[in-house]
Amino acid sequence: MGSLSFVVPFAELEVGQHLYWQLGNLRIHGQVFMTSWIVIGALLTLVVVGTKKMERDPRGVQNLLEFLWDYIRDLARTQIGEKVYRDWMPFIGTLFLFIFVSNWGGALVPWKLIHLPSGELGAPTADINTTVALALLVSLSYFYAGLSNKGLRYFEYYVHPTPIMLPFKIVEDFTKPLSLSFRLFGNILADELVVAVLVFLVPLVLPVPVMFLGLFTSAIQALIFATLAAYYIGEAVEEHH
Amino acid sequence: MSSLFLLGASEGGLFDFDATLPLMAVQVVILTFILNALFFKPVGKVVEERESFITTSRAEAKQKLAEAESLESDLREQLKQARQSAQKVIFEAEQDSDKLYREALALATAEANASREEARREIDSQREIAFNQLKLDAEKLGDLIVERLLDVK
Repeated sequence: MGSLSFVVPFAELEVGQHLYWQLGNLRIHGQVFMTSWIVIGALLTLVVVGTKKMERDPRGVQNLLEFLWDYIRDLARTQIGEKVYRDWMPFIGTLFLFIFVSNWGGALVPWKLIHLPSGELGAPTADINTTVALALLVSLSYFYAGLSNKGLRYFEYYVHPTPIMLPFKIVEDFTKPLSLSFRLFGNILADELVVAVLVFLVPLVLPVPVMFLGLFTSAIQALIFATLAAYYIGEAVEEHH
Repeated sequence: MSSLFLLGASEGGLFDFDATLPLMAVQVVILTFILNALFFKPVGKVVEERESFITTSRAEAKQKLAEAESLESDLREQLKQARQSAQKVIFEAEQDSDKLYREALALATAEANASREEARREIDSQREIAFNQLKLDAEKLGDLIVERLLDVK
């Protein structure tokens, strides 16, 4: 197996091992889907509980949901602009919530207590497949946003303000999903690895501040991903004069 | 084998791309639609309804405040006018009473003068009569004295 593993009484560190599921002739990473379903389930539970009985004077979970809604609206509005932010708010919000809950779930839930035949449970965003999937969705979204808002005039963006920009803008279309996916993947995986290595080396006290740092990084990464996605969409729908 | 773990080997590795990628994308797209229906739309509706409620209440309150202010200024104006008319009435009444006093005084003075004049005229006429009478009597007496003196002689 192409893997790196240490076996000690307290912690086990595995990198690059996956629990494979076979779907027809497709292979998927089972552990990623299992945690992503837990994340999605948690999100849906929160949303369903919070919107069950909504009132004009918010109470309980409705407050939290309204805070999230407001936060996402501000994010989408400042990046995308007043005109079309409503169309993209659900997408930006879903990205933010999914990544945020994935990251925090990966950092807070002691997944290692559940033993899998191969690989281990962790944040779905620590798998390159997930982050590339999200980043490609962002790419498709900003192309779709640009083309549906401005038609073929969208491509004016590539020669704006001068045609010299054309190669750079084309390269950008590749670097955007690349940087988005690798930033998220790298940060979350690195966080999990640092915590795991520290737990492996010094299983007392020392990993705790790093865990808090990990929570901070996780939240920041979710915010960065959502903000950049919104910024790219906003850039695509922006009118040049 | 262990050197392959970073390079997306056929089995395992950090960069092991497979059907997880498209399926995860589909899953996130479906999640977007579900969250849109369950979260973004209903919460947005509630928040925007509240925002419009607050906006209309504020507008109503402003309108009411403006109404109250205009009513207040109306009442102030009315009060001012009432004060002015009251002062006018007082002034007029003072002038009236002054006039009446003067008229009454003038009338009384005139009456007094007239009755004094009449009294004097009466005194004058009576004095004249008395004088004439006295003159007559004196002449008679004179005549009588003259007669007597003449008789004696």
